[in-house]
Amino acid sequence: MELVIASAVGIMTAGGIYLVLRLRAFPVILGLALLSYAVNVFLFASGRLAVDAPPILSKYADATYTDPLPQALVLTAIVISFGMTAVLVMIALGAFLENGHDRIDMEREDDAENGDASA
Amino acid sequence: MNHWIIAPVILPALLAPVIAFVMRHDITLARAASFAGALALAFIALGLTVLAAGGETHVYRLGDWPAPFGIVLVLDRLSAILVLLTAVLALIVLTHAAASGWDRRGRHFHALFQFQLMGICGAFLTGDAFNLFVFFEVLLIASYGLMIHGGGGVRLRAGLQYVVMNLAGSTLFLFALGTLYATTGTLNIADLALRVREIPLEDAALVRVAAMLLMIVFAIKAALFPVQFWLPGTYANAPAPVAALFAVMTKVGAYAILRMHTVVFGPDVIATNGLPGTWLFPAAAITMAVGAVGVMGARRLMPMLAFSVVGSMGTLMLAVAAFTPQATTAALYYLLHSTLAGAALFLLADLVLTRRGSDRLSPQSATVQNGLYAAIFFAAAIGMAGMPPLSGFLGKLMVLDALRAPEHLVVGWSVILVGSLLTIVGLARAGSVLFWKSTATETTPPDTPQTEAQPTDAPSPATPLELAAVIAAIALMAGLAVLAGPITNFLEDTSTQLFDRDGYIEAVLATGHEG
Repeated sequence: MELVIASAVGIMTAGGIYLVLRLRAFPVILGLALLSYAVNVFLFASGRLAVDAPPILSKYADATYTDPLPQALVLTAIVISFGMTAVLVMIALGAFLENGHDRIDMEREDDAENGDASA
Repeated sequence: MNHWIIAPVILPALLAPVIAFVMRHDITLARAASFAGALALAFIALGLTVLAAGGETHVYRLGDWPAPFGIVLVLDRLSAILVLLTAVLALIVLTHAAASGWDRRGRHFHALFQFQLMGICGAFLTGDAFNLFVFFEVLLIASYGLMIHGGGGVRLRAGLQYVVMNLAGSTLFLFALGTLYATTGTLNIADLALRVREIPLEDAALVRVAAMLLMIVFAIKAALFPVQFWLPGTYANAPAPVAALFAVMTKVGAYAILRMHTVVFGPDVIATNGLPGTWLFPAAAITMAVGAVGVMGARRLMPMLAFSVVGSMGTLMLAVAAFTPQATTAALYYLLHSTLAGAALFLLADLVLTRRGSDRLSPQSATVQNGLYAAIFFAAAIGMAGMPPLSGFLGKLMVLDALRAPEHLVVGWSVILVGSLLTIVGLARAGSVLFWKSTATETTPPDTPQTEAQPTDAPSPATPLELAAVIAAIALMAGLAVLAGPITNFLEDTSTQLFDRDGYIEAVLATGHEG
């Protein structure tokens, strides 16, 4: 299981980084989503991997349990990254509608001059 | 437990939704509420500073859960003075935003502004590393909204870059926290400090990775060298009052490095073994150089000011990187100063640029109140470059004095001195082009119709309120210089308290202590 988790985190991170380095907004957003999946799985693993164990202590039996804190952290991280992705999509959409293209890099200073003066 | 400690977080958090939902159609009411909130925040911060000046580390346990299990807010001198700085800056920026009408160029300026204050104050006060992440996200998501306030194609694209950069940073932050939790089993800063100290050198690889990942994350916020490139584009394209407020956001990164890499990964911890300082120092030196060269090379005013902020962060982090109490005192003094100096420059730039139309550094016919703006620019630039009468000079002097250790002396002194010279030259050039050469090209060609050249025909002179914001920032710099003695004494106590790691751990982890 360690191998599966580790390679999942690794492959998703690699794919995410590749996509984030693209020039257009859409792949970049996908890349950030992939990165956030990778980090969520990674946070789960930070509490050690346990299968079929409840995240609570039992005072009646000496049962195995899994660390509940990473699960709470992951939940927080999922909510935040979900909200952030929504904001990012809206800003990217706004930039696309204003500029007519979804390139993410800035124009050279001289080319940007005309747009600037009117802004 | 003193419940006022959580007030700087609660107050803006409650005020923001009220402004967003109740006052969204009434800008006057929203302004009044926002200003009253910031004023109340300033008074609370002042009270907390007086409270913290007693020297005790005050701990606020949320839900009264004991420290390693529940989340704590920690108020010490460092947190208190930074919350106070934030509140004062917020008052200045709000005054300017309302007086210049920036806040009505888009929706929800005041609500976002309050959320931003909540995030910044929370980041300064929290005593838990994951909570720090959450407050970072709060201040970031508000800053995304503020950054694209007013809209426009170029600004939206710059905003998109800013968001992408920071989302990547947040991901890195989570990776760092996961690594830290996996190795130590805790995320409370005091508890972390205790556990990290016990880790022997041979098991320390993962802790070192986590420490350096955290440093990269905070360096993104503080705009340090390899990851500084987002700052000029963002600040140059943000609305000017927002850029002025962002002057304190880079300081959040500096604060986080100070807190985490002093209390948890301090210089005498075996596991990290002075690693943070080793990497931070060259990064800060290059940042200073990048800022200075950027100031020289910029062809427009807003990017130039943004680069001067990069340069000031370089100076600040040079002092932080020494990780000694004396250098930290200097860093804190320079931090207070550079926040005000950056804000003053951006606010003034807004006053000048709305009357000029373009922020190109080229001679253009003089606008109204040319002499007044020239004088204010002169004062603010003196502050930023670090010339005598204002606090920048004292700040740089203290930083230089603190960098006397042989391993820091040559690089630190030469970078700061040469960098300051370049910054002075760059700012002087900009000032003379903007204000002096403008008077030489007095006459616009009379045959061109006046209305076509200027979209807002006959720019109006600044109202007293607009000027008040800028002048208040400069006056505060002068105040910092005049009261340098008492302030330095306070900051010395602050850095002593910061480096008293046992005192911090004891205060936070003490159980059964009902306050």
